[in-house]
Amino acid sequence: MTITENAPLVPDFGTTDTPRKLAIICSKGNLDMAYPGLVLANAALGEGVETHLFFTFWGFDMIHKKTMGDLKFTMLGNTATHMPQGLGGLPGMTALATHQMRKTITDLGIPDVPEFLQQIVDSGGHLWACRMSADMQHLEQEDLYDEVEGIISASDFIEKTAGAQLLFI
Amino acid sequence: MTTTTIDGRTVHTNDEGFLTDPTEWDEQVAETLAARIGLELTAEHWRAIRFLRTDYAAQGETATLRRISTVGGFPVKTLFQLFPQKPAKKLAYVAGLPKPQGCV
Repeated sequence: MTITENAPLVPDFGTTDTPRKLAIICSKGNLDMAYPGLVLANAALGEGVETHLFFTFWGFDMIHKKTMGDLKFTMLGNTATHMPQGLGGLPGMTALATHQMRKTITDLGIPDVPEFLQQIVDSGGHLWACRMSADMQHLEQEDLYDEVEGIISASDFIEKTAGAQLLFI
Repeated sequence: MTTTTIDGRTVHTNDEGFLTDPTEWDEQVAETLAARIGLELTAEHWRAIRFLRTDYAAQGETATLRRISTVGGFPVKTLFQLFPQKPAKKLAYVAGLPKPQGCV
C-alpha cells in the first residue's frame, strides 16, 4: 500500500533548545568496559544530546596519559568468554585476549580509547575527572588527557548534570 | 511505502521522511530537503554530500560520522558546524540516503 503525504514529511531532528542531557559515570579501567560509555556518549552527541562523562576509580585509567592507550582485557572472572577460567590465568593470556579484542575493535573501524575521547570532545562532549580518584592516585591535571576540563568533586558533577539522565558503567 | 512530493515530483520515503530510492535524488531535491531543515547549502556542505553519495554507492550503506571523518577527511567539529545537532542523520537526509545504521 502506498501512502501519499501531502504535507512535506520531514524527520524530527529536534530543536536547538532540546533539554536532553546525559551524564555517564565511567568507573572501570578494563578495555572491554571502557567502550560502552564511549560508544553511548558518542551516540548521544550525534543525536544532539548534551553529554558529560565523569571518570572515577578504575575509570581513571581511561584518561590517565600513562594508561589510556594501554587498557587491557582479561578472561579472568569473565564467564562471558565461555572459556575455562583456568586458561585465563596462564602467562600471556591477558596480553593475547587484549590483542584479539583490539584487533576486533580496529577491524570494525572503531577508534582506540584516546582517539575516541578526542572524537567525543570534537562532538561537543565534556570530560571530567573525579577529585577523590585523583587524590588517591596522587595525580594532577597535567597527568590526565589534555581535553579533560577539570578535576571536580562528586557533588560538583552532580550539580553540573542537574536534570540529566545518568548511566553508571 | 510512503510517497511525498518534492518540487512537484513524487518521491518514495520511509515513514520518517528519508528518501528510500537514491535515484530519485538530484541536487535540486537536496536544496529543497536542506531548506526544510533550515540549512542553506554551501560548497562545504556539498563536499560532504558528494562524499556520502559516492561512499554509499560503493559500500551499499550510509557512512557513519566516524567514517565520514576518517575516510572522507571531514573533521568531526566541521560536520557539527555544517549540520548542527544531528550531523550524520541530517547529512543522510539531505543526500537522499537512509540514515546510518552503524553504532560508531
